[in-house]
Amino acid sequence: MADAKEKEEPNQAPSINHTADGGDSKNEDVGRSKTDGRELTKEEKQRLRKEKKQQKKGKSSKEDKGSSEHDQGKGKKPVALPESQVARSPPQKAAGPTAPAPEAPAAASSSSSDKPTKSKAELKAERRARQEAERASKAKKGEPGQQPSSSKSKAVPSELQPVVKRLPEHVQVDDPAAIRKLAKKLERQQIPLRSDYGNKVSLFSHLHQYSRNAPLTQQISIPSTVIHPSIVQLGLQYSQGIVAGSNARSVALLHSFKQVIQDYTTPPNEELSRDLVNKLKPYISFLNQCRPLSASMGNAIKYIKKEISNISSQCKEEEAKIQLLECIDTYINEKITLAAKVISEYAIEKISDGDVILIYGCSSLVNHILCEAFEKKRKFRVVVVDSRPRLEGREALRRLVKRGISCTYVLISAVSYILPEVSKVFLGAHALLANGYVMSRVGTSQIALVAKACNVPVLVCCETYKFCERVQTDSFVSNELDDPDDLIVTRKGKTHLQDWQSVKSLGLLNLVYDVTPPDFVDLVITDLGMIPCTSVPVVLRVKNVDQ
Amino acid sequence: MPGADKETDLSERVEAFLAELKRGGSGAGPLRGAGETARETTALLRRITAQARWSSAGDLMEIIRKEGRRMTAAQPSETTVGNMVRRVLKIIREEYARLRGSSEETDQQDSLHKLLTSGGLSDDNFREHYSSLKANVIEAINELLTELEGTTDNIAMQALEHIHSNEVIMTIGRSRTVEAFLKDAARKRKFHVIVAECAPFCQGHEMATSLSKADIETTVIADAAIFAVMSRVNKVIIGTHTVLANGGLRAVNGTHTLALAAKHHSTPLIVCAPMFKLSPQFPNEEDTFHKFVSPQEVLPFTEGEILSKVNVYCPVFDYVPPELITLFISNIGGNAPSYIYRLVSELYHPEDHEL
Repeated sequence: MADAKEKEEPNQAPSINHTADGGDSKNEDVGRSKTDGRELTKEEKQRLRKEKKQQKKGKSSKEDKGSSEHDQGKGKKPVALPESQVARSPPQKAAGPTAPAPEAPAAASSSSSDKPTKSKAELKAERRARQEAERASKAKKGEPGQQPSSSKSKAVPSELQPVVKRLPEHVQVDDPAAIRKLAKKLERQQIPLRSDYGNKVSLFSHLHQYSRNAPLTQQISIPSTVIHPSIVQLGLQYSQGIVAGSNARSVALLHSFKQVIQDYTTPPNEELSRDLVNKLKPYISFLNQCRPLSASMGNAIKYIKKEISNISSQCKEEEAKIQLLECIDTYINEKITLAAKVISEYAIEKISDGDVILIYGCSSLVNHILCEAFEKKRKFRVVVVDSRPRLEGREALRRLVKRGISCTYVLISAVSYILPEVSKVFLGAHALLANGYVMSRVGTSQIALVAKACNVPVLVCCETYKFCERVQTDSFVSNELDDPDDLIVTRKGKTHLQDWQSVKSLGLLNLVYDVTPPDFVDLVITDLGMIPCTSVPVVLRVKNVDQ
Repeated sequence: MPGADKETDLSERVEAFLAELKRGGSGAGPLRGAGETARETTALLRRITAQARWSSAGDLMEIIRKEGRRMTAAQPSETTVGNMVRRVLKIIREEYARLRGSSEETDQQDSLHKLLTSGGLSDDNFREHYSSLKANVIEAINELLTELEGTTDNIAMQALEHIHSNEVIMTIGRSRTVEAFLKDAARKRKFHVIVAECAPFCQGHEMATSLSKADIETTVIADAAIFAVMSRVNKVIIGTHTVLANGGLRAVNGTHTLALAAKHHSTPLIVCAPMFKLSPQFPNEEDTFHKFVSPQEVLPFTEGEILSKVNVYCPVFDYVPPELITLFISNIGGNAPSYIYRLVSELYHPEDHEL
């Protein structure tokens, strides 16, 4: 990506106003460049961004001279986009005087980097004056807004901590406004929108459901000039399930980001700290489209963004890059590799000779623990429980058998048969939520339930980087729907569910995650020690203080 | 000679039935439903009554007991066979008692006086010859057959009493009784059914296609998602293979997990089981309770390298304790699990519990 025309991500204002008026010639330019797969030129993008901001702020008065002042240098460039989101702007305005304030300096600072001709302060002052005028006129109109409440988060006065976080898009599939917003964002980032597949069960109509046969990479040109090739490869691996499992996905993501950073060069007049973050955003959108991000990936991305933005502007590019690569390596080392070692040590204390240990699916951490315990000459045997349609337990079975551990293998429906023989249950986790619930592969909660009924202790092993601040009480509000065709099976030459799509009243549900209530879990083994499930918010608070 | 022909014909039929039983036990679930097995058993027993040579009730009972032992030995997990044998034995006892003139109740009451004075009287009681016994017994068996034919309809008729509109009902695997139950309710009410597919045989798929053809909103889920979706379920309606004497169930594997999940969410668990599935056995005999089929279903031979080093189990049945069950719906109405012992004593004579 050593292009002269580096991609510059326009500032993402929460509400975007689009109008369907004029400027056809420039539209054709944009249209053509999009179909060519060429990146929009820097100028075009700046124009786009500016136009949108102006339309948002100066909608009622098109003849606003203040706005046209800005465009004199660059020329007007309205963009014709399919939807008209008229009603979006007013609530943003009517919210509070502080709302535009954070935007204005941000907008002003970015625009200042585009136009070294005008000074920052001048732009700021101009903008603020204009906004005050607009707000005064808008307050009288009081148009109702249909924005999702999430965008109002910026409207909250800055004295209070913003309590309402932005609701992630992937749980708002049933809200057409949110979908349009996403479509526009993706269009700006030049990433194709993945379409849902099959009729969804009504309880889950707020979630995406994709088909594995239609990966996102079919819709982009390869080689893509927009997305770094290692990211494209990663996205494909995610969507096809080649890289699966929380730790594996995070590590793969971090390695890809290392590659991106190595190949990155700062464009002139840009700061690495800001530009690199903006460059990563479309990659993250792309990966999100391929497969929704996991909690561990989210934490890793947050960490990287923080590290990048902490790079001082004095730093030279080479130094900065080396520093970033080191940061990523430390992160992987500390949070994943060393954490696994520490957790194994704690967990091995809990494994005694003669134990029968039950594990579910394929958790890299639990497999690691068992292999380490076997190395330390503990005598135990393992029961591997597996479930359709993923059948990940077979992978765990292969790894354990290769080490020489004696194993038993059953499907999850036989767990109440095998559980009376079991002395301990070790489970892995995808994330630990702030209210103590364990989010893990679907079926985990069932195993914990039956284990509790048989009085068998349940131990969850989880690194601290998977702790997240979300709270959730059931497996419906936020989940992932896998390809429903995976449930179809052919037995004795008959496939009963073959044409399930043609039958209107038949639906297939292939959940990926579920949440286990904390009363089923006896102990959580983390790299900070052995804690009960309910201590997760304490750990999060301590971590936040540290950072 | 006609007698000899009848005898060989009879023994041929019995052998054929035994062979069917043995064959039906291996592989993906029962080849034919329990109802069919019950009807065939009863028809065979009627034939034995008609064609075998016997002079007194005691002889007949001996013959039937002998055949019953052979049949249950052929397929121990097929309890309906044993149940039907015991029903017929009870019928014989009743008809005999009626012909003798003594009322049923005095015979059955085990008073202290009777125990001390009579002792061992019951065996001699069946030595007398009554000419109309054969006809009576055959007639009673015919009534039993009629009852057997109508069980599914009887149960389905009660569907509207238990299902209200806009419910979410959960079921597991494939049960013809539950299918008829739900289809009957669907004629008048709109509700949603979630079917757990019940690996490794995945009979749930067949159930789902059949239900969706009757225009019922059906969703198929994997077994692993049972607890995850249970919070949205209003009722769990299942069928079973056998109802045990303590009110527990021997049902398809995965049912125990389903019952525990329902208990956790306080969702009622309703079992639709016709009376011929009620068995006087208790679940204590651990080695005969479980039945296993080929582990090829769970870990196929394509995983060859690790197969030899791994123990793989594929149990067919699950035990569900009576505390997890809310209601039994049978052809004679609805009952709580605590009442099952009473039904057992009504259907079977205590001396017949061990064939």
